[in-house]
This record gives sequence, C-alpha cells and structure tokens, in this order.
Amino acid sequence: MPMTDPAPAPKLPTAAVGRRRLPSLIWLIPVVAAAVGLWLVAHTWLEQGPIVTIQFSSADGIEVGKTKIRYKSVDIGDVKGIEISEDRKAVVVSAQVAKSAWDLLSRDSKFFVVRPRISGGTVSGLSTLLSGAYIAIEPGTSKELTVNFVGLENPPEVTSDMQGREYILRGEQLGSLAYGTPVFYRRVNVGHVTKFSLDSDGRGVEVGVFVNAPYDRFVTSNTHFWHASGVDVTLDANGLKVSTESLVSIIEGGIAFQELADLPPPHGSAPSGASFTLYDDRAQAMQLPDLHREQFALYFPESLRGLSVGAPVDFRGIVVGEVKSLGVEYEKADSPIRFPVLINVYPDRLRSRSLNGSSPGAYSQAKSRAIIDRLVAHGMRGQLRTGNLLTGQLYIALDFFPDASKAAIDWSGTPPVLATLPGGLTEIQDAVGRIARKLDRVPIERLSGELSQALVSLDATLRSSQKLIGQLDSQVAPQATRTLAEAEQALRAANALLAQDAPLQKDVQNALKQVAQSARALAVLADYLERHPESLIHGKPEDPR
Amino acid sequence: MRAPRSLQRTSAYLVAAAILYVPANVLPVMHSSSLLASQDDTILSGVVYLVRSGSWPLGLLVFFASVTVPLLKILALGFLVWMSACRSRAHMLARARLYRVVEFVGRWSMLDIFAVTLLVALVRMGRLASVLPGPGALAFAAVVVLTLLAAHSFDPRLIWDPVDAND
Repeated sequence: MPMTDPAPAPKLPTAAVGRRRLPSLIWLIPVVAAAVGLWLVAHTWLEQGPIVTIQFSSADGIEVGKTKIRYKSVDIGDVKGIEISEDRKAVVVSAQVAKSAWDLLSRDSKFFVVRPRISGGTVSGLSTLLSGAYIAIEPGTSKELTVNFVGLENPPEVTSDMQGREYILRGEQLGSLAYGTPVFYRRVNVGHVTKFSLDSDGRGVEVGVFVNAPYDRFVTSNTHFWHASGVDVTLDANGLKVSTESLVSIIEGGIAFQELADLPPPHGSAPSGASFTLYDDRAQAMQLPDLHREQFALYFPESLRGLSVGAPVDFRGIVVGEVKSLGVEYEKADSPIRFPVLINVYPDRLRSRSLNGSSPGAYSQAKSRAIIDRLVAHGMRGQLRTGNLLTGQLYIALDFFPDASKAAIDWSGTPPVLATLPGGLTEIQDAVGRIARKLDRVPIERLSGELSQALVSLDATLRSSQKLIGQLDSQVAPQATRTLAEAEQALRAANALLAQDAPLQKDVQNALKQVAQSARALAVLADYLERHPESLIHGKPEDPR
Repeated sequence: MRAPRSLQRTSAYLVAAAILYVPANVLPVMHSSSLLASQDDTILSGVVYLVRSGSWPLGLLVFFASVTVPLLKILALGFLVWMSACRSRAHMLARARLYRVVEFVGRWSMLDIFAVTLLVALVRMGRLASVLPGPGALAFAAVVVLTLLAAHSFDPRLIWDPVDAND
C-alpha cells in the first residue's frame, strides 16, 4: 500500500510494572475472619468448664439436656448424659459445668437434686414443678478440686451460707419429728431439725438441730430441749389447760428449748455440735436435774407384788426418788429370806424446795445425811402404799410415824437401810386376821345344840300362842262384836239426848237462863245492900221524887 | 473495565469464608429459653431435630441451603479461581455456567439467618419464652456475606482470558 513515509510514531509512554512487595490489603479480610473465628471458637471452648460426674441412686426427674446444675439459683451447668453405673446400683449423671464455676468443685462439695417439697410448714422448690428438677450444688471448703462426686439423696438442711450452730439431741424416741421440723425458743421459730438417726445400739435416737444465728447464743449448757409436738392437755386442780407451741407444731411436731432459770449462770453459749438430752415434754425438761443421789435399801414385811422398778418414792406427796431395783437375798440357809428394795433418793429435790428463800448452799453429803438423820429421828419411815386401787400399783411413801419405835440409819451400810413400817393395807389385813382368829375360838357346835333346843321350845311356845289366838278368835270375838254393837246403841241414844234440839237440852237451857237471872238479881241486891246497909233495917227508902 | 485484582480479592474472601465456616457450624446459632427449659441449637442440631421429628423434607432443605450450598460455593469459587489462575482452557463453558449458578444460588443461604432474625424479633415474651442469636449466627452470616462478595468480585472474563492470549 502506497504510503508516505510515516512520521515516526510518537514515543508511547511505557508503563512501569512494579512488583508490590506487600500483598493487597484485601488479605486483611481473611486475617480478620480467622481472628474472629478463632476468637469465637476459643471463647466457646474456654467457657466450657469441666465435665463432672455425679452419682445418684436414681435419676428421677433428671433429663439430659434439660436439667441444670444451679448454685444459688444460677445456672452453672447442664446435664449432658445419664448412665447406669457399672454395678447397676446407681446412676451416674455427667454434667458440663461452666468454666467460672471451677472453684465450686471442691472435694467436699455436695450435689443434690431439688424437687418440689411440701412439708407441714414450708413449701420449697416450687419452681421445679414447672421447670422440672435441677441439681443444686453446695460448695465445700476444701481447696482440692475434683470432678467425681457422689450426690446426696436428700437436700442438706443446712447450707454453708446459713449462720448458726448445730446441736445434737439425744432422746428416747423421735416422736413426730422429721427433716425441717421447726425448733422454737419462746415460741419463736429459730431453727429446724437437720437430721435424725437411731443410736447404734438402738436404745435411743439422735436428732440434729440447727439454730439460726442470732438465736444460737441462747443455747447454753443450762438449756433443756423437749418435744413440743402436738397439744399438751393437762387436767389439774385448776381445771383443763391446753397448751401448744404453734399450729405448725400441732401438725408436724417441733422441738422447743429453754434455759433453766434456777441453775447457776452458764459460761457462754454452747459450742457447735454440743450434745443435749431431748426430754419428752416441757414438765420433764423444766425439772431440775438430779445431780446428787442417795441410795437406800428398804426391807418390807409384806409382798412386793405391785411394786415395780421406777415406782415413785413419795415424801408426803412430793416425789423425791424412785425404786431402782427389787431383789431377794438370803445370807445363810437358815436365815430368813429378805426382799430388799433399793431406792434412789435425790436430796436436791428436798433441798431446792426449802422455803427459806435464800439460795441453797452448796451440796454436801454430810449436810444432806444430817437432814435425813433428823427426819428419821422424827419418825420418818418407809411404807408401801397402793397408788392405784384398780391396778394395785404400789409406791413407797416416806412419812412420819411419831409412834414408831426408834430407828436410826447406819450410814456405813452399802446401801444404808431405811427403817420401814407395814403398809396401811397390811394393817387392815392384820386386823381382819385377828377378828377371824377370835371367831375361830367361838364354840360353834355347842352353840348350835343350844340353839336347836331353844328353837324347839320356841316352837312349842308359838304353837300354844297360836291356840290361844284361835280361842280368842272363836269365843271372844263374837262377844266383843256384840258388846260393841250395844255400846254403839247406847252412844247413839246419848247422842239423841245431847242433840241441840232435844227437849232435855231445851229444859236445861231454860233452867240455866233462870239461874242466871236469879244470880243477876242477887248481884243487884248485894250491890244495893253494900251501898245502903241500913236498908236491911229501914227497908228501901221511898223514891225522893 | 475490569475489576482490579479480581483473583486476589476473590481468594481472600474465600479464605475468610472458609475459616468462618467452621465456627458457623460448630457454635450454636440460636439460644432459646422458655419457662421449662433453655437450649442452644447449632444448624446441624436443628437439621437433626427436623429430620427426627418427621419433617425430613424441611430438614433436607435447611441442610441443603445452610450447610451444603455455602460449602459448595466456597469449593466452586475456589475451583474457578484456581483454574483461572492457572490460565487453564479446560471446560471453559462449563465453568462459566458454574459461576452463574453460584451467583444465583448464593443469596438463598441467608435463609437460616432470616429465620433466626425473625424468631429473635418475634419471640420476646420475657421469662416465658425468648430467643437470642448465638455466636454461630454471626459467623454464619459472615460466611454467606463473604461468599457473596467473593462471587461478586470474581470476574467471569478471567475464565475466557487464556483464549485471547493464545490468539
């Protein structure tokens, strides 16, 4: 193609192709993504705490994925699995616990299942009705951490955040106590029962009670605990008295405690875990404790039937002791068999009831023995008496018999012997026996022979008298009847004569009237003569007119 | 006008998406709590729940839209980027079609996020019931957005570039 010499092409600008040393900024995006992703994963990973296994006897109410582990109602974990233990006796619940809850997993931490619980006084775990049960943790104090636990079957009644003290009570029987039964101090609910168990020898029960913080200082060594269950009905000389701690305690029982006022002041409040006696009722609890005792042996002449161990020893109505044992003793083959009755007498009961107002001094054996010596010198003797006529139960009465022969206590004996007198019933028996013996001496056979003779003669007498009566009946009676009839006639005639309108009566009346008139005339004459005696000589003067 | 450094951008987005794909599937997407219980759900646990409770078509749909599609997208785009970077001439038509499918299907992966967002907004009954998004939701949304960005930044002309160069 014809072309003019082309003009030299203008010099094209050449692009400088530089190689960037740094990669494009766009690569920041995957870096950020990686960082975010790593953070998300790491965050989730780090938040996941340890997996703990908890052994329960049953998985009742526990569901995988739903049941939570809670501490103070805050979720700190989830149940991830439930398996049956290898020996098939328990279930093993594995749960994921939040990382932040690591330090709750002390070796002595306790796990328990919270289910709705309704007892007489309280309703707890009500939210679990809807949400289902949850596993609660009660953190321990140990620094050692672990992930394998054995769960509690019952929620602990005392949690670590409760202030107060726990005490052990020993009693004869549990009564109506249960977990959570309230404890009252002056009718204020100050605590609850935390546990109870039978003694290892089965002779009593051991009850654990927890007394909340401000009130635990009222529990001292002088404090007595008693069963405050139900209603206490007493019928005494003042009438019927019903007392109870509270309505709740009627339903579910309770324990009350109070300090004995009469005792010397205690040294501060009782330490946690202190042990006390659990009395059956308030009266028993409020009794002064018998610190001292004297033992005596009594030998009664009569049978001990009806006397039992524990029977009261009564000093004019006040129980000062009890029968400790009954027995039989004989020293040699020829010595008479004796029946010793051992009694415990508590001198404190005599002492504290002294009326002299001042506080009783310190107990001394010598002093109390001196008192007893004096009492015996005044005629104090032991006597068996019938406490209950229906059951024939006996008790031992200490009473004064000033007429009793002199006696004294030999304190060297072990135990010393207290003189006795035959009981009231025995005396009556003796009297009856004496009468019977006298009756026995009466010659009944001779008496009966004489009696039969007397009866025969009596019979004859009776027969003759009967004859006499027959005569009377046949002869005397008709005559008498006749006589009576005549008498009646005579009387009737007399009656006719004496009647008001009878002629005789009229005549008599007239005669009497005339006699009265004559008498009046005579009286007038006499009167006149008295005033005019001269008229006897001169006669009656003329009328002056 | 060509997108600058298309391959680099796309691959960066893809790497980020691939990284976030892991937490998106492992971490819970949704935290639902009610009076009775509370639970965390990952995408896969939701799928498992749907299949177990009988509605397996729905479960399959969710599985396909939320698990398979993002993964396939990442793989497909990675494949495209790789082939273009190698200036390969193989199956160029098929690759172009694959790109179109990937771009079309991408937005459907947001289904899960939509569902969670709706639930979070609707189920707000205080203590009775409430739904909260989990950390997985963020990662999952990021994966979907990143794959969308990756698909957008990939220049399909790169598929055909080796043809021009050899002319």
